[in-house]
Amino acid sequence: MNKVRAKINEKQQRVLNVYFTAGHPTLDSIPSIAEGLQEAGADLIELGMPYSDPLADGLTIQKSSEVALKNGMNLKHLFDQVKQATASIEIPIILMGYYNQLIQFGMDRFLDMATTAGVSGLIIPDLPMFEYEAKFQKSFEDRNLGMSFLISPMTSDERILQAGRLSSGFLYMVSQSSITGKTQDISQEQHAYFDKVNNMGIESPRLIGFGIHNNETFETACKYSNGAIVGSSFIRALEKDASKAGIKTFVSSILNG
Amino acid sequence: MSEVKTSIETDLVSLKHPDERGYYGEFGGAYIPEMLFANVEQLRLIYQEVIDDPAFQAEYKSLLRDFVGRPSPLYLAKRLSEIYCTNIWLKREDLNHTGAHKINNTVGQILIAKRLGKKRIIAETGAGQHGVATATVCALMGLECFVYMGAVDIERQAPNVARMNMLGATVIPAESGSKTLKDATNEAIRDWINNAETTHYIIGSAIGPHPYPDMVTQLQAIVSEEIAYQLTAQTGKEYPDYVVACVGGGSNAAGAFYHFLDDKRVKLILAEAAGKGIDSGHSAATSILGSKGIIHGCMTLLMQDPDGQIIEPYSLSAGLDYPGIGPLHAHLITTGRAKVYAATDDEAMQAVFELSKVEGIIPALETAHALAILSRIGAGKDDHVVVSLSGRGDKDLNTYMNYENIKDQVH
Ligand SMILES: Cc1ncc(COP(=O)(O)O)c(C=O)c1O
Repeated sequence: MNKVRAKINEKQQRVLNVYFTAGHPTLDSIPSIAEGLQEAGADLIELGMPYSDPLADGLTIQKSSEVALKNGMNLKHLFDQVKQATASIEIPIILMGYYNQLIQFGMDRFLDMATTAGVSGLIIPDLPMFEYEAKFQKSFEDRNLGMSFLISPMTSDERILQAGRLSSGFLYMVSQSSITGKTQDISQEQHAYFDKVNNMGIESPRLIGFGIHNNETFETACKYSNGAIVGSSFIRALEKDASKAGIKTFVSSILNG
Repeated sequence: MSEVKTSIETDLVSLKHPDERGYYGEFGGAYIPEMLFANVEQLRLIYQEVIDDPAFQAEYKSLLRDFVGRPSPLYLAKRLSEIYCTNIWLKREDLNHTGAHKINNTVGQILIAKRLGKKRIIAETGAGQHGVATATVCALMGLECFVYMGAVDIERQAPNVARMNMLGATVIPAESGSKTLKDATNEAIRDWINNAETTHYIIGSAIGPHPYPDMVTQLQAIVSEEIAYQLTAQTGKEYPDYVVACVGGGSNAAGAFYHFLDDKRVKLILAEAAGKGIDSGHSAATSILGSKGIIHGCMTLLMQDPDGQIIEPYSLSAGLDYPGIGPLHAHLITTGRAKVYAATDDEAMQAVFELSKVEGIIPALETAHALAILSRIGAGKDDHVVVSLSGRGDKDLNTYMNYENIKDQVH
């Protein structure tokens, strides 16, 4: 079993997955942020591979990606940094990026380098499920990489089941139909959607992401899933204070209010 | 005649339609985040339903006739023909209502938006022609309209911004990246993700996730349908020897080529924007500088670095300042069915002044790229060359006037 799934299975509840962008705020900050997150009590790390044209991302992640690219982040450097990070932490690192980045790097080369660096899973929001199934599922399984597909409130039941079946890491429940970085409360309609998905008999564990930005939204998400993903609000916190103490304060504000 | 016929019919796969999943050969498809999937799928189904529906076609064609002013003339440019020692026919899309080919597509898509029950329309625009064409049909149908436009383009195409405002649209500046067409398209896609249920996104070129490239191509195909019968009526010849069009994303080219795609007797020529020169680092010559990858939801040719980061393009013309190209065009180019030439800013400018003085027609700067390559395509004196005169130059007057001043200073 891949490390992402194993970690979620072990913890079952209140899993906290924290996103940040590789190369932001500084080029070499991955290992220290990763250590800070583990020490502060995060369970999973989602590391964004900065992209020039991140279509699913709001302003905060766009800006952090721009900074990271200006800092000189690229995939080779990213893998070096991840290797350093995984030498000193035990919580799984998941890479999140756009399909074109993997295509240009070469899919096999990418998967090999990711595995060597100690990456445990991947999220590629614009990779079609049929293409993953036809071309890559076996390569992921052979390397023990956990894959996570996204579903949104507009996703049909048939596709929810397909995404559940193909998500060997966790099923990523996007809380609302939006790009990242929204900070509104979770509505009744969203509760109904979470309930529906939970009653579909999907084996894969589920995490809720997009818009989770404080203890209240984290607690709500945890009521309806195995845990939640926090992204933009952590990036904003890092911009103010990327020290381990700062990271601890942030994580604690999410977990404990 | 019969000999020629067999040679056209040897290819079994028509270039006119992509496959089920939207691929033209290896290009096309739909590479989109899940949050857009339901919308794109709904659009695909409705589009399939309406495109051959006689009631839809009747409504579309009557608007093209009475609102847009079609058919647009196919005009023999005699003096230009003399200069280039061939027969040059101008397909006058510049005479359409709103001044470019873009309106053919927006008229069709607004009818589709109505069938989808969408009340809010968004669009991206570079030169502002697509923005104006979208704002126009939204005014016609009483729908809310938001147009994303790069901050740089808002500057250089100011008359079109004023027109959009007058038509009741809200123009939203795109401030990311190079603040041009690519960035406006990113912003429009993000808006669509945020407002998926209420909104239809009218893409302005033959780009984007399936079904957009096919849909925009079909809605522009009227151009080559007219070329075919107009040329026959005027010359007795059923097909042109060459069709030449500029290419940003590729909608005017797709429309001008469509009915000749499977007819190998017709040479298809694309004109790309070389900007300050192909190797200058300031260019938008996608097919020459680009490689296969994903941009705005489709697999195609685009300008990118080895890590897949999209490279900011450059062209003086806002409508060609785009780092990608439609998947149909990528397929035509890589298979050799279409040939590409690149024209620099300066060459395009010279073509603007030439057409103005020789034929009394001031073309759009985008269009001028197609005129600028005419001496290079190898057309003979008996050949019939159709040029897609995609738009008029009113929106570019500022650029033209400034360029005249610069020239005067040099002399
Ligand atoms: C007059 C004119 N021609 C051509 C273009 C390029 O677009 P396309 O390649 O989709 O025809 C534009 C785009 O703004 C335009 O305004």
